[in-house]
Amino acid sequence: MQPTDIRNPDYFHRVVDCQWGCPAHTDVPEYIRLIAQGRYADAYMLNRQSNVFPAILGRVCDRPCEPACRRGRVEDKPVAICRLKRVAADLRGDIDHRLPQAPDEKNGKRVALIGAGCASLTVANDLAPLGYELVMYELLDKPGGLMRSNIPAFRLPVEVLDEEMDQILRMGIDLRLGQGVASMKDLLDNGGYDAVFVGTGAPKGKELNLPGRHDTQSVHIGIEWLESVAFGHLDSIGERVLIIGVGNTAMDCCRTSLRLGAKDVKVMARKPRGFFKASDWELEDAEEERVEIVVNHSPKEFVVEGGKLKGMVFELMEYDIDEAGKIAASRVAGEQFIPCDEVILAIGQDTAFPWVERDIGIEFDQWEVPVVDRVTYQSTRAGVFFGGDAAFGPENIIWAVEHGHQAAISIHKHCQGEPIAERMPAGMNLLAAKMGIHEWSYSNDYDAASRRAMQHMSLEKRFRKLDIEVELGFTPEQAAREAERCLNCDIQTVFEAPLCIECDACVDICPVHCLTIAPNGEEEELRERLTAPARNLDQPLYVSAELPQTGRVMVKDEDLCVHCGLCAERCPTAAWDMQKSELLVPYARHEATARPPMGSARRKEPQFDEGAGQVRSAA
Amino acid sequence: MSYIARPKVSHPALARNDLGLTMRDYEGGMSTLCAGCGHDSITGSLIQAVFELSIPPHRMAKLSGIGCSSKTPAYFASSSHGFNSVHGRMPSVATGAAAVNGDLQYIGVSGDGDSLSIGIGQFVHAMRRNLNMLYLIEDNGVYGLTKGQFSASADAGSTAKRGEVNEQPAIDPCLLAIAAGCGFVARGFSGDRAQLVPLLKAGLSHRGFAMIDVISPCVTFNDHEGSTKSYRFTRENAFPIDHTDFIPPEAEIKADIGRGESQRVELHGGGSILLRKLAREYDIGDRGEAYRYLDARQGKGEVVTGLLFLQEGGADMHELSRLGETPLADLPYGRLCPGPDALAELQNRLR
Ligand SMILES: Cc1cc2nc3c(=O)[nH]c(=O)nc-3n(C[C@H](O)[C@H](O)[C@H](O)COP(=O)(O)OP(=O)(O)OC[C@H]3O[C@@H](n4cnc5c(N)ncnc54)[C@H](O)[C@@H]3O)c2cc1C
Ligand SMILES: Cc1ncc(C[n+]2csc(CCOP(=O)(O)OP(=O)(O)O)c2C)c(N)n1
Ligand code: SF4
Ligand code: SF4
Ligand code: SF4
Ligand SMILES: [Mg+2]
Repeated sequence: MQPTDIRNPDYFHRVVDCQWGCPAHTDVPEYIRLIAQGRYADAYMLNRQSNVFPAILGRVCDRPCEPACRRGRVEDKPVAICRLKRVAADLRGDIDHRLPQAPDEKNGKRVALIGAGCASLTVANDLAPLGYELVMYELLDKPGGLMRSNIPAFRLPVEVLDEEMDQILRMGIDLRLGQGVASMKDLLDNGGYDAVFVGTGAPKGKELNLPGRHDTQSVHIGIEWLESVAFGHLDSIGERVLIIGVGNTAMDCCRTSLRLGAKDVKVMARKPRGFFKASDWELEDAEEERVEIVVNHSPKEFVVEGGKLKGMVFELMEYDIDEAGKIAASRVAGEQFIPCDEVILAIGQDTAFPWVERDIGIEFDQWEVPVVDRVTYQSTRAGVFFGGDAAFGPENIIWAVEHGHQAAISIHKHCQGEPIAERMPAGMNLLAAKMGIHEWSYSNDYDAASRRAMQHMSLEKRFRKLDIEVELGFTPEQAAREAERCLNCDIQTVFEAPLCIECDACVDICPVHCLTIAPNGEEEELRERLTAPARNLDQPLYVSAELPQTGRVMVKDEDLCVHCGLCAERCPTAAWDMQKSELLVPYARHEATARPPMGSARRKEPQFDEGAGQVRSAA
Repeated sequence: MSYIARPKVSHPALARNDLGLTMRDYEGGMSTLCAGCGHDSITGSLIQAVFELSIPPHRMAKLSGIGCSSKTPAYFASSSHGFNSVHGRMPSVATGAAAVNGDLQYIGVSGDGDSLSIGIGQFVHAMRRNLNMLYLIEDNGVYGLTKGQFSASADAGSTAKRGEVNEQPAIDPCLLAIAAGCGFVARGFSGDRAQLVPLLKAGLSHRGFAMIDVISPCVTFNDHEGSTKSYRFTRENAFPIDHTDFIPPEAEIKADIGRGESQRVELHGGGSILLRKLAREYDIGDRGEAYRYLDARQGKGEVVTGLLFLQEGGADMHELSRLGETPLADLPYGRLCPGPDALAELQNRLR
């Protein structure tokens, strides 16, 4: 193999599994260390830089970081990354003075943001400090998008949502509630905008057109039903409820039904467990509330008598699962009638753009999805950008935020007449982590503690009102304990081949058998020859240049390294060293000043602020 | 020396041996030797060898004298028996232990100072007695523990870290062992595990005294220019005479015998080793030839490594001294301690 090029920022970024897994590249290990030090406000600000909504996401993020977390491979449970984020938000104290601000003097450019969901809010967060005049159109009477209309208050309290939205909206955003955009052509022709961002989400719930569907009023579309509940238009439901589908929307529907008085709630799944779309933790939370999840039932028809829903007929499915765990074949083994009073359909959403004319240069593909560039988020019409669920279909909040950041860069460049595809590249800082002979700038000892369990409101109390938050959050003590579980994956092992005398000390000391000194070879074959075979192909091998004495190479399998630093401590020549990597992600404000991000080491106290002042002069 | 202990966390897919144990089950305490010491790498090789041979930890006894090298037993197989004796006196302790319990796997770890200076008499007699044990000399050419004085294995003309030149000729433990009648003589290098691990496994399987001199650089006092026991010098001058592979009995068929010239050597204790000839110009079973060959090559400054001499089938101490097969520990109490009448009778016989 060729020696690994560690100067490519992607190499060490990838080692930080959580940050690599996070669409917005949140610097997880650094904020976890800040929490461990009790620096909650700094942890909050660091989060805010990349994910904008730490308090919201600390409760409801889809958390792709957690399945990616190395701790989950070393033992079974990942670090409770998401809930630690909430700790930073809960305990941060007053941070108002550290938030970005809009300059009094504007830069003369006007941008329309359509939809007041998290995607548009992120664009506003990034562009307002640069002096843009931002007009945000929202169809509904309240901002927040699905975060308000669909994510139930028992998971995300309204005050938390309002507070983080207000951090952005108070930068002078011209929010026009109840003013849906009815014609894109009209907006483009008569609005006088320099750019338009479409963040209208995927508002159309999928239908299930089976016999009987429209013969009753008791069948609802999940996202519309949740919206009616959120805005207080609906406050009751029948006793027996069937939820069709087993994704995250279904989980919110079943739990909301219980809070509206349903006594018997069944979630009907077509496939067996393991094939569900809902995250494990959402399933756990629903089952804790005694929701029944019924597998292998495929809906066949609604049974309606005299306009009244009696129940549904399901086909009983059987599946053959192959060795790879995939469904190889399925067949119908019978039928079953299940009585119920109401049905909620939670089988997915689509985008819908009836208000975008098809002759104004904005192209749509064969599925009526707009053609959007994956890097710039620009549509086929210059100056019109899409982001969030509107761009590529339903995803989640953290993806919408990342789209927003990238679209903000494009909008800025577009408005300044710069080529939008020429973007500032990400950078990488490496900082010494050595403080003394056996002293490192991080807590390197492996803590065998297991994942802290989240305390929940008692079952007895939580159903009393619709908006009683179920999760109580971690105490500072629980947070400190959980923080110690983080393996500090950003404290990188960095190797200097010319210094190595091939004494094997590092190979022997490594508790997880990461290291090997061996003759070089092709990757596939080399992976098998290591101290412990490297069979996780998703994780890279770090291969050195030829070692001076024998011409062999040092190979590190990054997969299970616990970043204990023992290799560096045992190395007599400091050929292995521990260095902190810091990914430098450029945002619109960096593009605006043409100054790449500097990283925390060279920034003056207070750390992790978003540099509103620095931008003011540039705008 | 490291500040934190090696954490208990381990690779979830770690290989298991026939006893269901992993390499980590054969670990010992955290080494307190200097980082980069050759001795630690030998410890790593020993762990690998006993793991691969599936030796039950409670059937091993680790013995040593005094020196950095003699601290090795503390760093592997913490659930085995161990005895850290006085300087140079490990062979006597091993003799006593083996006499009363011949069933254990004895592993002696010594140093060039421990075996070739203060303990040379004991060392030679243990070979003469043909004690059934693996005897390692972790050879760094200095007294590491007492801060780097030349030892008896230091080559004439080599220099100390501060520049003094050693003028006395070296005692080569391999030549000494061949001359003293040892049946298994080998030399390894801590920095060449591919060779060392099979040698250790063969030595452990040999019935009788198996002596392996392992060149083991002292990073702190003897890894400089002018040293002939440094990592660099050993790598540049090491001359492996054969490519050694240890093949346990049940895996014999898998052996790579077809390639080139090779010589299979059956071992008395079960198993065999396969020697692929690289440069050996003599018969491994001929004591005189082995001595002459080694002496000549080493005269030219080469560090000859590999299995140098092997003679199987010689009677070990147990047979020679007609000792009982049953370890004393396994005797019923009545036989072990037959009481005052038996003692009186014995004393009568001696009057
Ligand atoms: C039930 C449910 C639960 C969910 N739970 C989670 C979760 O726990 N975690 C998570 O990360 N994600 C979750 N999601 C997904 C997440 O809510 C979305 O991915 C995210 O809100 C998308 O943000 P957005 O800004 O793109 O769009 P939206 O949040 O959908 O916002 C779009 C806004 O645009 C407005 N709008 C639409 N058309 C127009 C128009 N023509 N003019 C003006 N305004 C318009 C809408 O009224 C809406 O306010 C959930 C989704 C659902 C349905
Ligand atoms: C009876 C006695 N004499 C002298 C010493 C001092 N002493 C301790 S270790 C040692 C030499 C050890 O050299 P070696 O066996 O080569 O071990 P190394 O430290 O080099 O591994 C000496 C002379 C002692 N401990 N006991
Ligand atoms: S252990 Fe810490 S740094 Fe590593 S992936 Fe998990 S949260 Fe991220
Ligand atoms: S830091 Fe070094 S010793 Fe520790 S697990 Fe990683 S490679 Fe192994
Ligand atoms: S401990 Fe240092 S010198 Fe020794 S093999 Fe490892 S990297 Fe090389
Ligand atoms: Mg010595």
